[in-house]
Amino acid sequence: MTGKEFYIENFNTFQMKLNGQSESFLNEIRKEAMDRLSELEFPTNRNEEWKYTDVSPILKHNFIPAVNTTIPEFTKEEIKKFLFHNFDYHLLVFVNGFFSSELSIISQLPKGVVVGSLKKISKEDPELISRYVNKISKIENAFNALNTAYILDGLVVIVPDGIAVEKPIQVLYLNTSENELVLSLPRNLIIAGKNSQVSVIANYSGFGDKLYFNNITTEIFVDEYAVVDLCKVQSENENSYHIEKVQAQQKKNSLFNHYNVTFGGAIVRNDINSLLDGENTETHYYGLYMANGKQHVDNHTFIDHAKPNCMSNELYKGILDDNSRGVFNGKIIVRQDAQKTNAYQQNKTILLSKSATIDTKPQLEIFADDVKCSHGATVGHLDEISEFYIRSRGVPQELAKSMLIRAFANDVIETIKIEPLKEQINHMIFDHLHRVEIENEK
Amino acid sequence: MNNLKEKELKSSEEISDDMKVLDDLTSSEYKWGFVTDIESETAAKGLNEDVIRMISKKKNEPEWMTEWRLKAFRYWLKMEEPTWSNVHYPKIDFQNISYYSAPKPKPKLNSLDEVDPELLKTFEKLGIPLEEQKLLSGVAVDAVFDSVSVATTFKASLNEKGIIFCSVSEAVKEHPELVKKYLGSVVPYTDNFYAALNAAVFSDGSFVFIPKGVRCPMELSTYFRINTQETGQFERTLIVAEEGAYVSYLEGCTAPIRDNNQLHAAVVELVVLDNAEIKYSTVQNWYPGDKEGKGGIYNFVTKRGACRGKHSKISWTQVETGSAITWKYPSCILQGDYSIGEFYSVAVTNNMQQADTGTKMIHLGKHTKSTVVSKGISAGRSNNSYRGLIKIGKNAEGARNYTQCDSMLMGNRSGAHTFPYIEVENDSAKVEHEATTSKIGEDQIFYLNQRGIATEDAVNMIVNGFCKEVFKELPMEFAVEAQKLLAISLEGSVG
Repeated sequence: MTGKEFYIENFNTFQMKLNGQSESFLNEIRKEAMDRLSELEFPTNRNEEWKYTDVSPILKHNFIPAVNTTIPEFTKEEIKKFLFHNFDYHLLVFVNGFFSSELSIISQLPKGVVVGSLKKISKEDPELISRYVNKISKIENAFNALNTAYILDGLVVIVPDGIAVEKPIQVLYLNTSENELVLSLPRNLIIAGKNSQVSVIANYSGFGDKLYFNNITTEIFVDEYAVVDLCKVQSENENSYHIEKVQAQQKKNSLFNHYNVTFGGAIVRNDINSLLDGENTETHYYGLYMANGKQHVDNHTFIDHAKPNCMSNELYKGILDDNSRGVFNGKIIVRQDAQKTNAYQQNKTILLSKSATIDTKPQLEIFADDVKCSHGATVGHLDEISEFYIRSRGVPQELAKSMLIRAFANDVIETIKIEPLKEQINHMIFDHLHRVEIENEK
Repeated sequence: MNNLKEKELKSSEEISDDMKVLDDLTSSEYKWGFVTDIESETAAKGLNEDVIRMISKKKNEPEWMTEWRLKAFRYWLKMEEPTWSNVHYPKIDFQNISYYSAPKPKPKLNSLDEVDPELLKTFEKLGIPLEEQKLLSGVAVDAVFDSVSVATTFKASLNEKGIIFCSVSEAVKEHPELVKKYLGSVVPYTDNFYAALNAAVFSDGSFVFIPKGVRCPMELSTYFRINTQETGQFERTLIVAEEGAYVSYLEGCTAPIRDNNQLHAAVVELVVLDNAEIKYSTVQNWYPGDKEGKGGIYNFVTKRGACRGKHSKISWTQVETGSAITWKYPSCILQGDYSIGEFYSVAVTNNMQQADTGTKMIHLGKHTKSTVVSKGISAGRSNNSYRGLIKIGKNAEGARNYTQCDSMLMGNRSGAHTFPYIEVENDSAKVEHEATTSKIGEDQIFYLNQRGIATEDAVNMIVNGFCKEVFKELPMEFAVEAQKLLAISLEGSVG
């Protein structure tokens, strides 16, 4: 029994565990998703969207959905080293996808703001959750179906109209396998009402070096005039698998910024999709991926311009070392109604080693005529002439290389709004690539 | 929402004059439509081994050629029709096509005077009077009328230099060792569905061989015509340039108006050895179908060149304005170290036309270079896609690619799409890709209007400026024709 059958079998165990909750609205969603999963096959390289990413190593293992395992316990002291610090934040901690109220610190939220665990809030206020959950993201492949079939816990942020949450919300997703191979299935929901503002730092970290699989779905709804920042920093352990689908829906005059910084994971796949469902919306995607060893990092972005007068801007940069492989696929669709669209996209990659590879595919599909769209992709290596220039001024080679790497990454790092976060990410870049560190400019 | 509508209304009034002109420009009918009345010999519809044997026998082919065709056919039977492209059309019934059509055999001709006057008239309408070209421009023309070569000029002067320029069927008989060596070596019949079909049923085409160290003294050109109704044309072109050789080859096409969709699945193979260069230029203006998308040619072509030698070079230039559906990717396999591949393309789609075109640059050798410049213009309700692959192999040290693909949109029902694939496996490579899509500039039209230039001329100027980078790569005669064609396909009687 492998892959799909295994998850279907496990589903029955999960259903038994639910007891009283099996009547809830979430269970309807689960059953439907389970039906989809039994119809769907996991994607292969023959599927255009997965052409460059082979998921068969993931399917070789039977991961046990976290709900059917014992969730390990951590102390506040133990999790400290995983956190971003030196600034004020609300903290939520999820271990293998399950909320830990002991480790979380949420204080003084503005009135009406709901921040917490999906499991808890869906019980307390099912009406509120049912209004949004599984409405924004559609099941597109077996991984989405698998996440939805086990929908139980995850992050919930609901900001009512006219409220700005001042402190960013740091969410630590700590994952670990102890005795068995664990499958974490967090389901996140971020809802920003009209004229509201919220910033979330999604911090995915791995504990230990045992293999686990993290399969995430994040739904984001940005109502009129709202501003949402989602900054994802992913540093799972190097053996783990990480797949996330982000689906955002934006209403008119809203702004959505997505930052995606990838360090960890053996196979990483991010699908980041936005539907620009109102006029004058603005979307920014910034991505930075550092890979070494045999890492495989695949970023798929999709911006769907459905309404006129919208703007999207995308900048993804990659640094690939050793035998790592990078994949970038950026799709922009401009629908027939979406006149006066401005869409920009950039993907730049540098290869630091002979055996690193990159497959990039920026893709534009345009059905409106009054638009300005452009995309660019470059692949190269560290410029020898620049390196020579630096070295001729007495800088050692390794440091010169680091300076060039830092300069390359700067375009993305600079867009992050939280200063201390910038510094810590900067440190992580050199740490991950095993290179001499260049201090972040203050 | 209301606000927007008002805005739209207002601006649409403002630009309605412009739009009207644009509309006139983009709704012209095909100019080159006429059917030549020549008796032709056409095979019954359908495809099986007997038909292939018949084609082979008609052409007096040797046994090995017949076998090759049959192998291709058997392989084709096992293949599935590809559907991955961004074009849509009703399923083709391959048994409802006649696979052979040739003007009735006539005694061999020695001079143009002996050519059927009807045929000469057709060429004249196309703007290539053979006599004139023979006398004035020094271009040798291998005129392919439907499927069989009828007249070849300048053979003698080419012969002197050792250049072979003849039809493939002639080459099969007279230079079997060359044909055996190179035919199918770049595009094997196993390559894809349409290449297999072509290998099985190809009727004729051009064969060019430039021996070592020879620079072809004139531009070689073939005019393809699709004439007999409902016959698919399956051309096969093979050009070989030996060490240090150079040739510039021109391919131009027109076809008469008719309602039944026609399938055209050609194969072009180029082989370039050390220090040699082939420049291959195409102007394609086959019947694109009428405004409702009825009729028109399906142009599914496999074009590929192999730069086998060091410092070899292949340059593809194409101007695509015709065909209901264009589906082709002229490609370069850069095997030799320091070899160069170039691709310059203008693709114009109007009315209901669809184009999915681009290139593949496969860098295998060290220090290989490629340049891709693609300009797409979509008007009416057409869809124009650029699809390209840049692949840098593991051993392609210091490979370099620059790609630029720009799209221009005219009219809000047209679509422009880009699907560039970039695969890099070598860290010393430098790959750059840039793409832009925008509307034909209202401010540019306004600027020209302001200086007393009528909108239709302004559009013409802007479009020509947009395509200039590609046109300048075309040989002189072609560049002139291409500009005219562009004007015609977008501007009809106005330009």
